Amino acid sequence: MALSEATDAGQAGPTKKPTRLFKNMASKIAALPMVFTALVIFVGGTVWTIVYSFTGSGLLPRLKWVGLDQYERLWNSRKWLVSIENLAIYGICSLILTLVIGFTLAALLDRKVRGEGALRTIFLYPFALSFIVTGLIWQWILNPDLGLQSVVRGMGWEAFTFDPLNNSSLVMFGLLIAGLWQGTGLIMCIMLAGLRGIDEDIWKAARVDGIGTVKTYIRVIIPMMRPVFVTSLVLIGSGIVKLYDLVVAQTSGGPGLSSQVPAMYVMTAMFGGQNLGQGFAASTMMLVSVVIILVPWAILEFGGKKRG
Amino acid sequence: MANSDTMAAPAALAAGPRGPKPKRRMTRGNIMVYGTLFIFALYYALPLYVMVVTSLKGMPEIRMGNIFAPPMEVTFEPWVKAWSQACTGINCDGLSRGFWNSVRILIPSLILSVAVASVNGYALSMWKFKGSEVFFGILMIGAFIPYQVMLYPIVILLREAGLYGSLTGLVLVHVAFGMPINTLLFRNYFASIPEELFKAARVDGAGFWAIFFKIMLPMSLPIFVVSLIIQVTGIWNDFLFGASFTGPDLYPMTVQLNNIVNSVQGVKEYNVNMAATLLTGLVPLTIYFVSGKLFVRGIAAGAVKG
Repeated sequence: MALSEATDAGQAGPTKKPTRLFKNMASKIAALPMVFTALVIFVGGTVWTIVYSFTGSGLLPRLKWVGLDQYERLWNSRKWLVSIENLAIYGICSLILTLVIGFTLAALLDRKVRGEGALRTIFLYPFALSFIVTGLIWQWILNPDLGLQSVVRGMGWEAFTFDPLNNSSLVMFGLLIAGLWQGTGLIMCIMLAGLRGIDEDIWKAARVDGIGTVKTYIRVIIPMMRPVFVTSLVLIGSGIVKLYDLVVAQTSGGPGLSSQVPAMYVMTAMFGGQNLGQGFAASTMMLVSVVIILVPWAILEFGGKKRG
Repeated sequence: MANSDTMAAPAALAAGPRGPKPKRRMTRGNIMVYGTLFIFALYYALPLYVMVVTSLKGMPEIRMGNIFAPPMEVTFEPWVKAWSQACTGINCDGLSRGFWNSVRILIPSLILSVAVASVNGYALSMWKFKGSEVFFGILMIGAFIPYQVMLYPIVILLREAGLYGSLTGLVLVHVAFGMPINTLLFRNYFASIPEELFKAARVDGAGFWAIFFKIMLPMSLPIFVVSLIIQVTGIWNDFLFGASFTGPDLYPMTVQLNNIVNSVQGVKEYNVNMAATLLTGLVPLTIYFVSGKLFVRGIAAGAVKG
């Protein structure tokens, strides 16, 4: 694989310098779209947004420096603070429940149950659907007058109330029900692959030692699956920060501000409010939160040992 | 006893199994396992069922009935209405417009992104050049950057190129953002191909493109299918890019669906809404149910990226 590099190195005398650029030319030309995407869109775009978050851009981007003004305004805005709080509630619950449900389902399926294939298909199909479709389905099921609440009431339990989408203190949990429905199948799939990778002998040894099933999972299996859990954590974490489509479809951020999320704040500021600077500052904060999630992972994953 | 059993084995086989049927064990543990699985299966399966059932009922039946009840009178009118008459704003030509927009976005995006990603993966694994790993690293990190961060710079780029608000612009955006995961997929696949094959072709004088088209392409059909699956579901389900880079006439299906269902004017027709929702979900669902194991493989690749 490193063949071309090796020949390069062999001929790379100082006199041959001009030809080095043209070595492997076809490959370099073929990689141009990738280079463009990496440098112009990913690096360029990100740097541009960060730079312009320090300007007073309104309707159009302008290089009029205002220092940290945008960030000060951002953190003084009630809408932003509510967004952060909402996302924190959703995020913590989603992180814990996705891991717990994902692992439980995977562990149950790994107990050699009948109909494993069918069950796996059922658990995973929501993942193929978009957040818009997910949000709209659950908006309908959670409809207070015709949905789940009315069905339970119709069965005779008149006082039953379950109307999270119209209750500002419960709305994030209404979103959570839908989000978990869509996303847990993926984590189950990853966990199941992890469980299948564990040596059968571990189970035999645990049985010989007389350790119970649940205890074996908690004490032996889960610690062994640390890399799988870390991958899941990164996946769930970076997904939570992006939470947007689901909210748009299911609640449109309401009632009031009670299901606003940061991504929504960004979109309103950039495309709806002629308030570009705020949008740039808020999206930079989103980037910062992803960095906070990713850097410890990257250090854990790639810091110690070099991997190809 | 045991001896006579083995002696009689051929006869017993012919006569079918004998003796008492082995008891199905319904231990407490088993009941817990199946019970939990059943409850979760309901949670995952019911929404699809409710969606189908609702879309086949008339509005009067929905208003008085139970959302879990099967339709007393099956009607396909909501489907027809969702497809060809549902309104978004002043346009009342139904979801079909969004569907065809999505198709027009999907096809070129698919071809372009899979072509670009496969060539990328090939170059990155077999024709490394100075800095190629750096670009790949940036690409991988880029996959984690929230899209909102890059949204406005892309608006400017597209506007400068005269593509803002056009389907071509949106297609290019999909190609760019599909690149990290698919490049990774192809790179890992090509890296697993024996080096000797590549060396032998080089000795025979084959160049970059000849090796790609004559040797690598025919060997890697399964990975192309996996890549296609990732891209079809990803592009079809996109909302953010569609809503940001196109206008009302060119909105993809997801955006139009959201506008139809969440429009504030008019009486809410839940059956039409559910038919529309189901129609939008039909493409990825079909891909999912048809592709089976390959879909899971695509997910496993996605798991590495996020």
